Amino acid sequence: MLRTKSNAPYHADYELILSLIEPRSKVLDLGCGNGELLYRLIHERQVNGRGVDINEKNIIQCITKGLSVFQGNIDEGLAEYQDKSYDYVILNQTLQATHKPEFVIKEMLRVGKKAIVSFPNFAHWQLRAQLFFSGRMPKTSHLPFEWYDTVNIRFLTIRDFRVFCKQKDIHILQEIDMGYFGQNLIARINPNLFAVEGLFIITER
Amino acid sequence: MVCWPLKKDNVVLILHALSGDAHAAGYHTTKDTKPGWWDTMIGPGKAFDTNKYFIICSNFLGGCKGSTGPSSIDPATGKPFGMNFPMITIKDMVTAQKKLLEHLEIDSILCLAGGSMGGMQALQWMIDYPGMVKSAIPMATTARLSPQAIAFNEVGRKAIIGDKNWNNGDYYTSTPPNLGLSVARMIGHITYLSDEGMHLKFGRRLQNKEEYGYELSSEFAVESYLHYQGDKFTERFDANTYIYLSRAMDYFDLAGVYGSLTEAFRNVQSKALVISFTSDWLFPPYQSKEIVKAMMNNDKDVSYIEIFSSYGHDAFLLETEHLTLIVESFLSTVTKEFCDASDKK
Repeated sequence: MLRTKSNAPYHADYELILSLIEPRSKVLDLGCGNGELLYRLIHERQVNGRGVDINEKNIIQCITKGLSVFQGNIDEGLAEYQDKSYDYVILNQTLQATHKPEFVIKEMLRVGKKAIVSFPNFAHWQLRAQLFFSGRMPKTSHLPFEWYDTVNIRFLTIRDFRVFCKQKDIHILQEIDMGYFGQNLIARINPNLFAVEGLFIITER
Repeated sequence: MVCWPLKKDNVVLILHALSGDAHAAGYHTTKDTKPGWWDTMIGPGKAFDTNKYFIICSNFLGGCKGSTGPSSIDPATGKPFGMNFPMITIKDMVTAQKKLLEHLEIDSILCLAGGSMGGMQALQWMIDYPGMVKSAIPMATTARLSPQAIAFNEVGRKAIIGDKNWNNGDYYTSTPPNLGLSVARMIGHITYLSDEGMHLKFGRRLQNKEEYGYELSSEFAVESYLHYQGDKFTERFDANTYIYLSRAMDYFDLAGVYGSLTEAFRNVQSKALVISFTSDWLFPPYQSKEIVKAMMNNDKDVSYIEIFSSYGHDAFLLETEHLTLIVESFLSTVTKEFCDASDKK
């Protein structure tokens, strides 16, 4: 769904998610794209994994990889999935492209015992600086899109997400803040300014 | 990856729909004006690749194209069964096909595929013979006929029964109820198309005319199409058969039979790929999603694709490009999983 990193050969966030998922657990990957993360989760972490994606080409690529996937729009909810039927529901780099982010997260927490949500931090200093000095919508190697041609419609920050969780009574089990090359000290010290992306493991309270 | 045919592990069973038959692909005789009903999908190098898979398509029970149905001769009387033919179900059709496979000494099906009523048979197959079916592709289908679909079927039947030539189904030595059957087929065709599809295919165009005649005789292109389809159908189909087959569909209700749809799929072992089409209002996508949901409730290996199409229910016969890509991908995966795995044993 999100094109940010789909062409990159190495995914720091994939490695991170792989390390976070309990082996042999049941995983639902929302916006699973071409199924690469799901495939690796199944083969490297032995999970029982399923995916959801809106795009037919992605679904076909997933099927070619032997994955079980559902073509659907996650903004419409997860009506086909039972309560707490997955150990983890993943929304990797897709929240910012949803029309109904709150509804999507509620659905994730209904279907999954835990939800893993990652998103680009729109308060990263580079984005702030570009907007401040040039007065134009920022573009970076991570977010290379023009304002009129971006799938990203929800510009949230790491701090926004924390506040959101507090307001909606969602429990944050873990927060991992990532710099350009994975976790680093500076992103840990002031994530909202220095983290390129945030990853949260959340549950219902 | 091609399985050696003699291992009988590359069987693909194609299940035809209401008006289809065993002639699924190619030309059988030099007199054939058209190839089989799924010729776009079945053949060398096509989605169901006859170079790779052993493809079977048989006439289902109750039909009028070679199996036993209302137009067959009742051995007890020496005359066609007509209305004395017993009521049959989708399950009976599957049981009969199972017997055919037994006769062919085939005990494993790599993939089942079928659209519409063929999809219903695929679902029934998966449920009735779970150990035998490795994978299935039900398309444009439903696990229970909706009241809307039953309603259209009933109007079709009423048209046949109301034809003065129907004669309680005893018309095999006289004029058949062609008017009734053609009306039934016309109604059927309306449900196979879509609003958008009709706009694209016919619009308000007139047939062989430029201006409206303000008359009763048909002049719109869409009318002409339906009349043509209706008339053509009477040349190749039996009215009583239409009554029995549409009734068999009406009674198809997996949720009803098994208590719930989730329960129905409890013991299924096949990997499944469920395909629906956005403009199909006869068996709309939500009905396919119910199947997928029920299978996911049982943690089955199931994928779902909703193809964007304006062709309506007929899309499973017409969306060749999409379907080819999808079916090829799925079949290559199941071949890897089931054939190559057995090679390693």
